[in-house]
Amino acid sequence: MSTTQTNRPGDRLSTASETALLEQVCEAINEGTPLMIQGGNSKAFLGRKTQGTILDTKIHQGVVNYDPTELVVSVKAGTSLAELESVLAEKGQFLPFEPPHFSETATVGGMVAAGIAGPRRPWVGSVRDFVLGTKVITGHGKLLRFGGEVMKNVAGYDLSRLMAGCYGCLGLITEVSMKVLPKPRHQRHLSIACDQTTALSNLTLWGQKPLPITGACFYQDRLYLRLEGGEASVNNFAQTLQGDELDPVFWNELKEQTLPFFQSPKHLWRLSLPVEAKQPSLEGDCLIDWGGAQRWFKTSQAENEIRQQATAQGGHATCFSQGVTDQPFQPLNPLVMRYHQQLKEQLDPKRIFNPGRMYSDY
Amino acid sequence: MNILYDEHLDGVIPMPDRTALLHKLSIRVPDLHILRTDEELKPYECDGLAAYRVMPLLVVLPETLEQVQRIMETCHEMNVPVVARGAGTGLSGGALPLEQGVLLVMAKFNQILEVNPEGRYARVQPGVRNLAISEASAMYGLYYAPDPSSQIACSIGGNVAENAGGVHCLKYGLTVHNLISVEIITIEGERMTLGSDALDAPGFDLMALFTGSEGMLGVVVEVKVKLLPKPQVARVLMASFDDVEKAGLAVGSIIAAGIIPGGLEMMDNLAIRAAEDFIHAGYPVEAEAILLCELDGVESDVDEETARVQEVLAQSGAIAVQIAKDEAERQRFWAGRKNAFPAVGRISPDYYCMDGTIPRRELPGVLKGIAALSEKYDLRVANVFHAGDGNMHPLILFDADQPGGLETAEALGGEILELCVKVGGTITGEHGVGREKINQMCAQFNDDELEFFHAVKAAFDPKRLLNPGKNIPTLNRCAEFGAMHIHRGELPFPELERF
Repeated sequence: MSTTQTNRPGDRLSTASETALLEQVCEAINEGTPLMIQGGNSKAFLGRKTQGTILDTKIHQGVVNYDPTELVVSVKAGTSLAELESVLAEKGQFLPFEPPHFSETATVGGMVAAGIAGPRRPWVGSVRDFVLGTKVITGHGKLLRFGGEVMKNVAGYDLSRLMAGCYGCLGLITEVSMKVLPKPRHQRHLSIACDQTTALSNLTLWGQKPLPITGACFYQDRLYLRLEGGEASVNNFAQTLQGDELDPVFWNELKEQTLPFFQSPKHLWRLSLPVEAKQPSLEGDCLIDWGGAQRWFKTSQAENEIRQQATAQGGHATCFSQGVTDQPFQPLNPLVMRYHQQLKEQLDPKRIFNPGRMYSDY
Repeated sequence: MNILYDEHLDGVIPMPDRTALLHKLSIRVPDLHILRTDEELKPYECDGLAAYRVMPLLVVLPETLEQVQRIMETCHEMNVPVVARGAGTGLSGGALPLEQGVLLVMAKFNQILEVNPEGRYARVQPGVRNLAISEASAMYGLYYAPDPSSQIACSIGGNVAENAGGVHCLKYGLTVHNLISVEIITIEGERMTLGSDALDAPGFDLMALFTGSEGMLGVVVEVKVKLLPKPQVARVLMASFDDVEKAGLAVGSIIAAGIIPGGLEMMDNLAIRAAEDFIHAGYPVEAEAILLCELDGVESDVDEETARVQEVLAQSGAIAVQIAKDEAERQRFWAGRKNAFPAVGRISPDYYCMDGTIPRRELPGVLKGIAALSEKYDLRVANVFHAGDGNMHPLILFDADQPGGLETAEALGGEILELCVKVGGTITGEHGVGREKINQMCAQFNDDELEFFHAVKAAFDPKRLLNPGKNIPTLNRCAEFGAMHIHRGELPFPELERF
């Protein structure tokens, strides 16, 4: 610690569980043996299969600090996501990006490391958008703190946001501070019969207006909409839509991938595309989420074809079915990959954190 | 302890062979616009932190991306540092030149390349002014949300480099929340896209890492920003309090009521009086504090929220609540706040602006702390801040012509920043570290954390050629930094609004 450093309230004394995690990481560094970071094991099907000694974050649990008027919560990585959500719900707040759990065992650390957001993503932001700070155990065997519990903070590089979505490859998140929001005052859920062209062109039009849409999914000639905001604005817009009332459980089934669409035995591919992208012509069934920016395919089309169609429109494709390909994430161009490798080399020189989880190259 | 580059503390930078560099540039980049005489270089010797000035080795003003690539390649090869600069409005010295380095001025990249209403984005060159994006999108009913105070002059490349904020951050986010993709050129001259045209990109989130990295990792050459539909209406409430602490608590109560205002600003009595004297905004000069709360969105929602906020304010002990009756009054209420800095400038020979951020709940305590420090140093402090997100801009009033005036102001500022860190806050919420707060970084981060930052830097710029000395202090500097010193932040561009 530098001699001038001020005591920060975030530097809470390390707990026994944090110390245990640090010891396990230091041992791995000393022996040069890779670790496989594991929380609830709910997202193990994502990314590449890796080998390593299991490092179980579930030993490190609990909400550290939560002040609803601050709109900030700090949580240990091994805390169950369901528990965090229920703590927030008690105060009428929530994680606006509605992260999928994929299993009741899902943890907060895994949620941040995977960086996957649910149907509200285009309107409120991604997982990393809500990350304010992290405590991280690094590949140099140090427990460090970046960011904090404040909304605005531009001191140093924004390493907390970098940690989101990096599948544990750059360090072990032990604690995360997130911005949370009050739940919307009023909600309506509707479905409207229409064809895909109409649905997408309506969404494009609506997107340019200040309308209270926070969910827009299209599947089999039906547009599913969620409206949230003040009572009057929600009801006014709902009235112009003339849709059928929809059971709100739909949005949960959509984010947890339990809708019938997801049950088909074909491979599940996620195409992340610009909202205005043309519909890719791929064999199989398609479900459109995020108002057009996330298109799910159940397809037996060849990987190359899928990727080409995604990149041709400025997007990328991820395979969500295990065992289909050795590179579930879109391959990076060589230049971008070089900088990924250099970053990994700098931050995890002994390559102990989930090596190969994202790409075989690091 | 001076903040100017000090080779003993910040690392050795050999003096480059200027003639050889000019020769090589003339061959590699034949049509490049280069400034080299003292008269030509003079206007570039500082950015918005005008108290500190350094003449750069050369100023280059490229017009094409190829030229930028060749410049970077050449400098990389010859080990010459490169400091990138946009409009030069930054307040923390992030674009302060180096006498051994080239100043890369991106001002000629001033084109809006595309405004796409269907895709709700604008693709712009880095030299485009922040406000120009919203102006170009206005005909579609869209706008670019982040609104740093200097938005009429500051450029988007600099906004990305600094992760610029503004008044509406609590609801609409910082620059990092409003980017789709960023094109950068590395120190080796390679072009790389961060992010994608979609809502996410494969691999690490390098776009998030580069945003706010203060030109240390690469140079921004193109930006694709998110556009939002303009809110139908915006309404401002002004609440007066006879006690600063009550105003602070009211802020938390508004948020606890489930309302996220578009803007939530607070001023204390000294700031209120200065602003009222200057702007005649209609502020209550007897009040100990005022809150300005802007609610925006669909009209019916705004009506609903206005009623709720009025109720909360009354319960919080506001002595008066006024709703701007029309757009003219709304503008007037804001004008007082937006001109608070120059207004304070009228009541004191000099002032120094701080940029700490604290958890909102600490506001009453920190205000008391600042008042006590103000008394201890016998210097007045006017408080204006983005109360909604805890970003404070205490303005320390002093007279630089008095012996020890600046030093006393610096010492007081240092203690205020230390207080921010102590309560769980940060030394900079939106102005950046640059050179200005390089010493305070030693208070906020420990040696291991600083080393981790340096490791990140090494992944992109192992030769330390991009903007050396900014943002992250060396361990040497921190070792040397015994006592806190805050440096004077002078405000050039006095005509710009300062929030």
